[in-house]
Amino acid sequence: MGAPALILFLAFYLYPALQNLQFATRRWDGITEPENVGFRNFTNLLTNDDLFYKTLGNNLEFTFLVVIFQTALALIFAVFLVKNSKVNIALRTLYFFPTILSSVSVGMIWLFLYDPNFGAINLFFTKVGLPSFALNWLGSESSALYAIAFSQVWFHTGQMMVVYIAGLQQIPKELYEAAEVDGATRWKQFTSITWPMAMPTTLVVMAYTTIQSFRAFDLIMVMTNSTAGPNNSTSIFSTLVYFTLFNELRLGYAAAQTIFMVATMVLITWLQRRAFGGRYEK
Amino acid sequence: MIFKSSRIISLTFFAALILIPSLIVVLGSFKTDSEVYNKPLSLPENWNLDNYQRLINESELEISFRNSVVVTLLSVVFTLLFASLASFAIARMITISGKVLATLFALGLAIPAQINLVPIYYIFRDLGLTNSFFGLVIINVTTTLPISIFILTAFFREISRDMYEASEVDGASPLRIYRSIALPLSRPAMGATAIFLFVINWNDLLWPLLLIQESDKKTLPLAMLAYRGEYFVSFSMLFTAVMVASLPMVIMYLMMQRSFIAGLTAGAVKG
Repeated sequence: MGAPALILFLAFYLYPALQNLQFATRRWDGITEPENVGFRNFTNLLTNDDLFYKTLGNNLEFTFLVVIFQTALALIFAVFLVKNSKVNIALRTLYFFPTILSSVSVGMIWLFLYDPNFGAINLFFTKVGLPSFALNWLGSESSALYAIAFSQVWFHTGQMMVVYIAGLQQIPKELYEAAEVDGATRWKQFTSITWPMAMPTTLVVMAYTTIQSFRAFDLIMVMTNSTAGPNNSTSIFSTLVYFTLFNELRLGYAAAQTIFMVATMVLITWLQRRAFGGRYEK
Repeated sequence: MIFKSSRIISLTFFAALILIPSLIVVLGSFKTDSEVYNKPLSLPENWNLDNYQRLINESELEISFRNSVVVTLLSVVFTLLFASLASFAIARMITISGKVLATLFALGLAIPAQINLVPIYYIFRDLGLTNSFFGLVIINVTTTLPISIFILTAFFREISRDMYEASEVDGASPLRIYRSIALPLSRPAMGATAIFLFVINWNDLLWPLLLIQESDKKTLPLAMLAYRGEYFVSFSMLFTAVMVASLPMVIMYLMMQRSFIAGLTAGAVKG
């Protein structure tokens, strides 16, 4: 009964994944005869490619910012909205709303908001008398990556908040009641009950947000483009792979890059588990 | 006191952060460009459908809308069919084959599909599956199988053993048990998974960008990306395109908020 799923999975998931390892050892434009270069693609990436290091740095910075802010905001809003009152449910529905939009749509909305000449953000800063805050958000090297990170957090915080609410509602109410009897402040209740009890959820949220941040490809393609912003300041792994594949026609090199991309992703998730998981696992 | 006021301030701020851009887009689709740029939040001077008219006349977004409907529906239906069959096999037949399937698809959860960007491009080109809906459906189904199987297996396991055993005594074949017991009982799970798949497939840009070049085969997100290039200076037209692309999702979301939220978080909590 599992045959159709199994065939598709083997043919178009597992087989390509293995083939990718072989591709990574080739120099190939996809048309002429491929040339076997052993590990040279990997050594080139590591020793002779500034764009690769820039991309790695961007991707780490982007993921770090998005994971920290999105997780923190999702947790804060979940704590605020955990009770099932009418207002809270309405607000949850609103906060979750961006999640259902396509990343192309979200990208276009923020493309407008950030626009240096016509955008609403700069219009706002000019109107309230702070024209020095009116920046070329996506067009300048120092702000482009942060601007996109902000949109990414706007896009998915609501989704992670809902995951947190499901987690928080599992915490036994008696714990809070007992703490209240003991006269514990709200902050004390948060640090000694909510935070440790929600740790499994936090790990899920951080892992998912990490993977999501590697997929910010779509937002970057819309808001900057495939050459990834001014002076490659918004280049992350997925845009780099795409650029190497289509603009440079270096299939083998792109394959080697995807391997680094996945390795980085796995490493980050592992580090999160090491940093937060250990202390609370039974 | 500090808790209460910081709660109200931050909740209001984030609500505004979502409401204001949404309003700008909705209102902007009825406005001229200069109105959008100078008074993004005011009501349109005169409400008209000129932008929508122009979008239909001048762009090929209508074709890509249809393409997206076809590709999304086929992808969701086949993923649900194949995933539910495989999940049933995993949940019910605790034999070697069930365990092998479970392990394989767990592996699929661990390896992000993006690692396959380069080989998929190459394989699909050689098989003649680029610029084809069939190819796009294949890759959509394949990449969403592991997560769908993960969600559905959990539900199939929850169906009580007695239900299955009673029908086995009656001599029903596995396929019959799947059809007349497992499927009807797992309707909520199938619904949640369907919504999750619907949103993912409808909004996906990565695979169409890799596999589709011909303009009459483009899906909506891909066509919008091209449209961005053409109308870069006209945000009122871009907003109109955003409206057209998002409306089906927004309507469904407003009608079935609960299932939407359940479906999209079931996808997130894959651990």
